Amino acid sequence: MSRHANDRSAIAALVRPTEVHRDIYIDEDVFQLEMKHLFANCWVFVGHDSQTPNKGDYFTTEIGTQPVIMVRHSDDEIYVLHNRCPHKGTKIAIDRAGNTGKFFRCPYHAWSFKTNGCLLAIPLRKGYKDTGLEESESVKGMAPVGAVKNYRGFVFARLAPEGVSFEDFFGSSLSSIDNMVDRSPAGRLEVAGPPLRYMHRCNWKMLVENQTDTCHPMVAHESSAGTAIKLWEEMEKPEGTKKPMAMEVIAPFMSSYEFFENMGIRTWPNGHGHTGVHHSIHSDYSAIPGYFEQMCEAYGEDRAREILGENRHNTVYFPNIMIKGPIQQLRLFKPISANKTLVESYIYRLVDAPDMLLQRTAMYNRLINAPTSMVGHDDLEMYERAQEGLHSDGLEWVNVQRLYQPGESFEQEAIENGTTERQMRNQFDAWTKYMTMTMDEAAQ
Amino acid sequence: MSAPSKDDLIDFIYEEARMLDDGRFDEWLDLWTPDGIYWMPLEYNQQDENLVTSLLHEDFFMIKLRVERFKGERTFSQKPKTRCHHVIQRPFVDRLDVDAGEFVTRTAFHYVETRLDDQTLLAANARHDLVLVDGKLKIKRKRVDLLNSDAAFGNIQMFL
Repeated sequence: MSRHANDRSAIAALVRPTEVHRDIYIDEDVFQLEMKHLFANCWVFVGHDSQTPNKGDYFTTEIGTQPVIMVRHSDDEIYVLHNRCPHKGTKIAIDRAGNTGKFFRCPYHAWSFKTNGCLLAIPLRKGYKDTGLEESESVKGMAPVGAVKNYRGFVFARLAPEGVSFEDFFGSSLSSIDNMVDRSPAGRLEVAGPPLRYMHRCNWKMLVENQTDTCHPMVAHESSAGTAIKLWEEMEKPEGTKKPMAMEVIAPFMSSYEFFENMGIRTWPNGHGHTGVHHSIHSDYSAIPGYFEQMCEAYGEDRAREILGENRHNTVYFPNIMIKGPIQQLRLFKPISANKTLVESYIYRLVDAPDMLLQRTAMYNRLINAPTSMVGHDDLEMYERAQEGLHSDGLEWVNVQRLYQPGESFEQEAIENGTTERQMRNQFDAWTKYMTMTMDEAAQ
Repeated sequence: MSAPSKDDLIDFIYEEARMLDDGRFDEWLDLWTPDGIYWMPLEYNQQDENLVTSLLHEDFFMIKLRVERFKGERTFSQKPKTRCHHVIQRPFVDRLDVDAGEFVTRTAFHYVETRLDDQTLLAANARHDLVLVDGKLKIKRKRVDLLNSDAAFGNIQMFL
């Protein structure tokens, strides 16, 4: 008998208002329950539709630990299918992306499927005559996920056939995606190259929590950002030398506690939230020549100012992505096991905007999110130390108490001091909700 | 040195690898020109340096920052320190143009990085674009292509 069975009360007891039990991070049974319940009940990011621009284009990925294929069908719609032949279970595609033409063909026994998953043909089909194949699960073809939504190019899926609607799940939090897309004069993004892929030996939730943890940058990143500032100040250079782009990116990590407090955090229901309500570490980047003019041309000056005046830092979409609107970046925290997470960091081109913006975005990605990134090294060191430290029996609870307000509710949007851990508590509130909504009470 | 021989170029590459393995990073910094670029692409055969992501694409300031960071009191990912080890094949000298002052080598190598109980083995090719500055060879550009550049990695902390 596992320590954490499919038991609603026992799972709910792992989350308290100001602390959470370590089993949430280190227990493999809890992890399996997350895959079965949480990742099935939530709307989970799959990919961007520019990754499959043409009919028959596909992209393979995972929702939680479930292998899926995102594919553009002949009707130009994006479908998300389980990546498993309904015959023997063989994965239909194992390359990361490609074009399959008008149909998928399983390489094992040549069962073939339309790009919406429907069974097309089985070789030597007469062998199934009078066997009742029509009644089988296999005859339905490659199973689609429960529901798919393409929101302004961002494709999300819910594995469970029934559940919360896309609109109810995300609500007003979609404003962060809107702002990222609106920054293109054409109102459109395109993926720019493959993602960085960085393996973390820690639980996926540590990464998600870190996205709105504003009390760590000046501590954990002193080694990289602090040293950068020192080196720049010491460097002999002519008066008024412009900071290089890399310094503009890395230096704000050393901003003061006061800066982060005043930056603000907004939380939305269902575990979504963002840092950088009033300003952020992305606020003071140099203007890129020609861009503002293009935006005014496309939207009018007032609207252009409104779009570019929004400098949200990190927006967490529960359960497992973070986007940065001002620099068109998305990080996907893919759970692999309780103590293993693959982080994929994507960047997007603002269609019709100057290349210089994409150049800064690509630079940000490699400076902060690469397995070769100094800032990445700072963070991973902390996650892995935590993953190991949590095995200590000295204390079984993890503290998420900063700026806690007794009786706080997450049902309404709220804006708080930028160093609050309210967004972490918001995530755990959603965690409990989506973990337990399809669980039974323990058998008496 | 006014005109490096093939052996001079090859010796330079070996000496560079030895400096890295010995942790003589300040000496290693002296091997670079001030406008040097150290590039590790993310894609196999990547052509675009700027508009898609790379693992590294760093100017001298950033390379120097890495070296300074290694020495930091609060560089926790280097407590304890990472050690590295290069096993390099004899470099090919692909270009030796004394008149133009351009020298290009290509070196296949295996690289090992270790810290605590972890050890990572990587296979890679390096292209060095070297120039003569005041009679000394300097690195103007170093491109390192990992054989599995598109794979998922844990930390890679030292210089390949």
